[in-house]
Amino acid sequence: MSDQTDGPGSDGPEIETLTLPLDAWHRDRGARMVEFAGYHMPIQYDGIMAEHLWVRESAGLFDVSHMGQLLFTGEGADAALEAVLPGDVKGLGASRMRYSLLLAENGGILDDLMVTRLPAGNSFDADGLYMVVNGATKFDDIAYLLDHLPDDITINLLEDQALLALQGPKAVEVLSRIVPGVEALVFMTCAGFDWSGTPLWISRSGYTGEDGFEISVPSEAVVALAEALTAAPEVKPIGLGARDSLRLEAGLPLYGHDLDAETTPVMADLGFALSKRRREEGGFKGYDRIMAEREQGAIVKRVGLSVEGRQPVREGAAVVDVEGTEVGKVTSGGFAPSVGAPIAMAYVPTAMATPGTTIQIAQRGKVHQATVTAMPFIPHRYVRTGGK
Amino acid sequence: MSRYFTEDHEWIDVDGDIGTVGISDYAQSQLGDIVFVDVPEEGKELTKGDEAAVVESVKAASDVYAPASGTVLEGNDDLADTPGLVNEDPEGDGWFYKITLSDPSELESLMDETAYAAFVAKL
Repeated sequence: MSDQTDGPGSDGPEIETLTLPLDAWHRDRGARMVEFAGYHMPIQYDGIMAEHLWVRESAGLFDVSHMGQLLFTGEGADAALEAVLPGDVKGLGASRMRYSLLLAENGGILDDLMVTRLPAGNSFDADGLYMVVNGATKFDDIAYLLDHLPDDITINLLEDQALLALQGPKAVEVLSRIVPGVEALVFMTCAGFDWSGTPLWISRSGYTGEDGFEISVPSEAVVALAEALTAAPEVKPIGLGARDSLRLEAGLPLYGHDLDAETTPVMADLGFALSKRRREEGGFKGYDRIMAEREQGAIVKRVGLSVEGRQPVREGAAVVDVEGTEVGKVTSGGFAPSVGAPIAMAYVPTAMATPGTTIQIAQRGKVHQATVTAMPFIPHRYVRTGGK
Repeated sequence: MSRYFTEDHEWIDVDGDIGTVGISDYAQSQLGDIVFVDVPEEGKELTKGDEAAVVESVKAASDVYAPASGTVLEGNDDLADTPGLVNEDPEGDGWFYKITLSDPSELESLMDETAYAAFVAKL
């Protein structure tokens, strides 16, 4: 028996794999560790299926400390960022966050990220913007941003902050017991809290499609916080495996798989990240190309697929036409525990991107039938109004 | 009846010239939740080392190699509906296929249970 799917980090020069502040904590809890984005990370504890379903019905704790937490300070940081992000950063209210994309000159996606305007008196002691970017891309992002932002904008990588995500329908019950007041946050808002003298920066956001929170915590306090959260019977630690299957069901793309420098926001079906004012005013990288694609349609588009039968199609499988010619590519695929069937994301010609269209996927000499399906595969359960 | 193991974590039970093939408990524990198994059809000729079956977990697909050559007698149809049998009972009800051995001497290069346990202990 042998793996057909290449593990991460098998190519390229040997670079020392780094450890995160919760490394020993994960191992003590029986995590199976893998190398991911340059770090040792937990892929699973009890098993991906059980962990996935637990998050959908209760609450799961994810260590996402590999991600890049950045601060942007200096007069006009918001306007400066608009040169490389197509979102309305200037119009972002204090304590609000927005999903955006770091764009290359040609409109290709260099990363996807969350950008937040910090309120006055925040625990980062920064008058500016806080951004969370992908772990695997953070150093490239910083290099690109340094090149493209004016010199009077300062970028700080918060290397001494860990990042946890508490996700699931019971996340609010659990977190509000430990950190009273978080229940007042709604989706895509954030605030600073004091946890027995430790400053926490908490947003109501996540990557599972469930209600939940992301918590930036000083590294020296992260073990204590993980202990406090998992002491609740509703909470179990969850690995990267279930993080991936949860986000796939939620229709959320993963950078480096569903998004890369060859894809544009229109191809990636992330048009919502192009704010209205920015579409009208322009002034971001790749504007002409992106607007032309918006008007005329891009040649390919990211879609969801429901796959017939039980066998998953995986990243790299070819979307083929009736003659067997490759016309597209699967970028993420697997068995969806909450759907109970295999699902995938793929890039297909825009003419084939309408939900209900049946397509064929060739994988290891076998042809699989699939149907283009509107995403998310599982309805999002974000809490948008009224708190709680 | 004797049971042999390969370094790729297949097992084969041999009774006369009939072998029953599956993957070891260690293999299923490494794969995690199994969601799909593709077993060979009756009559398929397999040479030792051929890709005989495919097993898919939530995360990944893996090939299962033929531990010995021969002709497939039957695949385990129960795995189509309940692939989780491989997790629950990998060295029993979760068997993959039965095969008529064409060269039982091939088994001599495989490990017995004791040797396999020692092999796994070092992984």
